[in-house]
Amino acid sequence: MNQSFELPGSYKKWTMGLIIVGAVALLYGFIMYHPFGHSARGVNVSGTRFWAVLLQNSVYWLLVVNAAMFFIGVTTLAMGGWQVALRRVPEAISSVVPVLGVIAFFILMAIVWGGHDDIYPWVNEATVKSDKIINGKSGFLNPKFFTVWSAITIGLWSFLGYKMRSLSLQSDQDGPMDYETGNAWVKKNILWASLFIVFFGLTVGSTIPWLWLMSIDVHWYSTMFSWYTFASTFVAGLSLIALFVVFLKNNGQLQYVTDEHIHDIGKFMFAFSVFWAYLWFSQYMLIWYANIPEETGYFKIRVQGPYRGIFFLNLILNFGCPLLILMKKSSKRNYTLLTFMAILIIFGHWIDFWQMVMPGTMYENAQIMPFEFGIALLFIGIIMWRVGVYFSTNSLTAKNHPFLKESMIHHV
Amino acid sequence: MAGGIKKFVVGCFDDEAVLFPAVKNVRRKGYKIHDVYTPFPVHGLDHAMGLRETSLHTAGFIYGITGTATALTCISWIFTKDWPLNIGGKPHFALPAWIPITFELTVLFAAVGMVLTFCYLCQLSPFVKKHHFHLRATDDLFVMVIECTDKTNDEEVQAFLTAAGASEVNVQVAETGWWLGRYDREQKLYRELEKGY
Repeated sequence: MNQSFELPGSYKKWTMGLIIVGAVALLYGFIMYHPFGHSARGVNVSGTRFWAVLLQNSVYWLLVVNAAMFFIGVTTLAMGGWQVALRRVPEAISSVVPVLGVIAFFILMAIVWGGHDDIYPWVNEATVKSDKIINGKSGFLNPKFFTVWSAITIGLWSFLGYKMRSLSLQSDQDGPMDYETGNAWVKKNILWASLFIVFFGLTVGSTIPWLWLMSIDVHWYSTMFSWYTFASTFVAGLSLIALFVVFLKNNGQLQYVTDEHIHDIGKFMFAFSVFWAYLWFSQYMLIWYANIPEETGYFKIRVQGPYRGIFFLNLILNFGCPLLILMKKSSKRNYTLLTFMAILIIFGHWIDFWQMVMPGTMYENAQIMPFEFGIALLFIGIIMWRVGVYFSTNSLTAKNHPFLKESMIHHV
Repeated sequence: MAGGIKKFVVGCFDDEAVLFPAVKNVRRKGYKIHDVYTPFPVHGLDHAMGLRETSLHTAGFIYGITGTATALTCISWIFTKDWPLNIGGKPHFALPAWIPITFELTVLFAAVGMVLTFCYLCQLSPFVKKHHFHLRATDDLFVMVIECTDKTNDEEVQAFLTAAGASEVNVQVAETGWWLGRYDREQKLYRELEKGY
């Protein structure tokens, strides 16, 4: 039963290729963009660009891979059985969290302790003293708290995710479970899943998007922002799961995964695209309606400034396309169309993160050029590499999971 | 009185595990299944019976976009042409403010339309009566009804159903469609008609 899966050579080639392309882009940026020079608005813009792109990509891809463990957590707590046949896929994706977590932590630290007030205005002490609004937020927005809380967050995501994965892998070693052991195992799984979900709510559901992303536009705040970020990364994480499930199915693996499971993943992608649009709109409409200057500043540059095209592209890619294309049952069961939609959604939310980060850092100078895509490819390559390692070292079916039977006979 | 009066062989099953292979065998044998009545929705039974996919969702989509179009045309006509009002200095064509209402009307049209369409497809309405092949189909019996054609030998079908595990088998002559009125009168009518068969 799928004891070992030999990765196809083309997968390894693509992984290597993406990492090399990304590394070249990173090196190019490192040499050409003066990342360690002094940057401000209109001064050394390419230095700002270097850090802004790294921030956008590291945070986006880290939250996307972490969403895979959120998927396992919620389905576990809901006593869901259907996803067990493909459970190893989100597990594999979540195993990237420690790797990307360390990378993201280094980038965040370089920005904060490197004094990049072009990215985070609140790291500059003089600004904090003179600016009343930032001063009022300084109990929360200060380098020390940022560092400690980011470290705790990334550490606990990695640790709790590791516990969930090792519980699952342990069940492969221990052999089939009888009722008593199965019961105890499920309870243990629920315990760790609930710890993860609570911590996830405290971080992705609230504080982490405030610290990492919303503090770029430091005068502005929105109570919807964290949920909006969460929805964005969760739907992209689901799309990533869909991509790897389709990849494994096309390579003759995951024999218990049928069109019914694919259909359910498609439903999740559809539903959370709509959920994302709901949160996007809730945030936008209230600010548009109230029309208070301190709130509308965030949208002014995006809707009426240089980001107008991206602003509407964001809506079309992440709401219009999934709504209309994924609505039909047959399109959710079609491998090709689902793969296309998954790539479109992942790209769309990458654009979404781009328009979260760039207006507050780059203003009218932002670009989407080979450098931006190159850094994205670097992160995709790292994800593919780590997921590939997980696939080739572990069984692809959680064969002793007590709910596997339920997943095998799953029928929508 | 839509469908006309026909003769049916009715087989009752105690268990869905027996019902599924029976449905499969009956179809393979070539008998025409009129319908299967179950006390609860049985997963996969529609597939086993070879029923085509319902088009209710397509109807729902059409109702939904009708609702969207109704809301957007109504509101935009009212606020830009018929009675423009200055509300908080907003433009007359204030699309974001209309989205919630548009959403509500989309849901309302889709929901009400689909319920009515569902009732129409299932011929459900107050005062509309249909023949019950077995009253326990609403309680604990799975009732399979086979329609007899000119060539069907009902003795043979009964024997086949018994062999397939039916706990109770009988032959009924019944109205296939719906009618307005009471049950007992119609039942009397069938009993008289039955003599003719």
